[in-house]
Amino acid sequence: MPIIHFIHPDKRSESIKATNGDSVMQVATGHGVDEIVAECGGNAMCATCHVYVDENWLPRLAAMSADENELLDGVAAGRQPNSRLSCQIKVTPELDGLVVRLPDRQI
Amino acid sequence: MTEIPSLDLDPFSIEFFENPHPAHEMLREAGPVVRLDKWNIYGVARYAEVHAVLNDPLTFCSSRGVGLSDFAKETPWRPQSIILEADPPEHTRTRAVLNRVLSPTVMKQLRGSFAAAAEARVDQLLAKGSFDAIADLAEAYPLSVFPDALGLKPEGRENLLPYAGLVFNAFGPPNQLRQDAIARSAPHQAYVADQCQRENLAPGGFGACIHAQADAGDITPAEAPLLVRSLLSAGLDTTVNGIGAAVYCLARFPDQWARLRNDPTLARNAFEEAVRFESPVQTFFRTTTKEVEIGGARIGEGEKILMFLAAANRDPRRWDNPDQYDVTRRTSGHVGYGSGVHMCVGQLVARLEGESVLTALAKRVGSIEITGPATRRFNNTLRGLESLPVSIKAA
Repeated sequence: MPIIHFIHPDKRSESIKATNGDSVMQVATGHGVDEIVAECGGNAMCATCHVYVDENWLPRLAAMSADENELLDGVAAGRQPNSRLSCQIKVTPELDGLVVRLPDRQI
Repeated sequence: MTEIPSLDLDPFSIEFFENPHPAHEMLREAGPVVRLDKWNIYGVARYAEVHAVLNDPLTFCSSRGVGLSDFAKETPWRPQSIILEADPPEHTRTRAVLNRVLSPTVMKQLRGSFAAAAEARVDQLLAKGSFDAIADLAEAYPLSVFPDALGLKPEGRENLLPYAGLVFNAFGPPNQLRQDAIARSAPHQAYVADQCQRENLAPGGFGACIHAQADAGDITPAEAPLLVRSLLSAGLDTTVNGIGAAVYCLARFPDQWARLRNDPTLARNAFEEAVRFESPVQTFFRTTTKEVEIGGARIGEGEKILMFLAAANRDPRRWDNPDQYDVTRRTSGHVGYGSGVHMCVGQLVARLEGESVLTALAKRVGSIEITGPATRRFNNTLRGLESLPVSIKAA
């Protein structure tokens, strides 16, 4: 099982075993990572599962869709070049060790 | 193959609407899919099956109508919606347009004015002391922000709620509720048809934004009015019932009201939990496009499946203490707005309205007391109150 590392806004790191095929959002909400709100439940509508992906991992993710790109303009915590919606990142064996930073707010 | 249990109940009867929860439990416990002979349909009431049907739009289609009426066999009562009653790939294009019009970026711009309107409304109600939480708050607040955000003219807005009531009754079977609503519908339909036209929509509003997308070539000029109609159909009565549900919850459960008052940042989640708990939109239909299997049972092509969203939102297989209203619950995944490609396109507007009202209440109001009988309003799809007499005191 791939491990996903979530870095909280207070720099605390939380490592969670993920299931291949789940989204990073599902990994977070399934383990009580409170910074991931995911109001729309993974339908790419609400932009409340925003994460900052560690720069070393960014090139290894699948490209974002036009929808995700537009939604990221509306995130609460400020868009950065490494901003992604965690509901759109699917866990694969290649993402074992993925590091994502959690923003301090989603709304 | 598993036999499908048959249930002798009418999910569109007044008796059912009076207290749907025991019937919802019966539907869930009977099996993953049930047969409802009264209307010659199938039903799913467990979370897993409701979620699965919602997320397989090509097998369980919307283009044959999301009410009981099968558009392959009957003419729709109004021109078919090009978003609600459409399937991918046609749906994908129209949906993208409304996604842009109602995006998180647009909500950021509305946040300030929606919050100010909610504070003004709550101050006015505090001055009154006693009032009807449905007419004076759950209806009055959305009516004070949504038609303006849409860009509607001031005249004729009294048609909005009757039109929405009609649309949601029309998803049901040809019972008294549906027949009466359609019989009275002509003036409301005429009003709505007019308001969908470009010249009647103020610049900067949602309606004008939809028409502007026709200029960009994303939709045709003929399609723009139909997308405006979608907002007029589904944008108001739903939030009225959502806000009504939230106030009814907070008035009934003082411990939850106290938690919200202690931490007004819970307002958004308190609204979301009310949408799960009461499920203002109770049901929608899909139609099978091929022979399918649900929970080991076989269902043929062209069958209507009724999804009990409200029952899924209280399925103990999915939720801990499902019959408790808990403002701190992790609500993500509830199907009160649906799920999948058709998930409520206005959900961000709904949440913004709900959050604004509950924040204003939590900050300014000390106590909410129910002072008279809560009476129910009956609709084939929507669940909500007709009247909720309350009195409030300042914090």
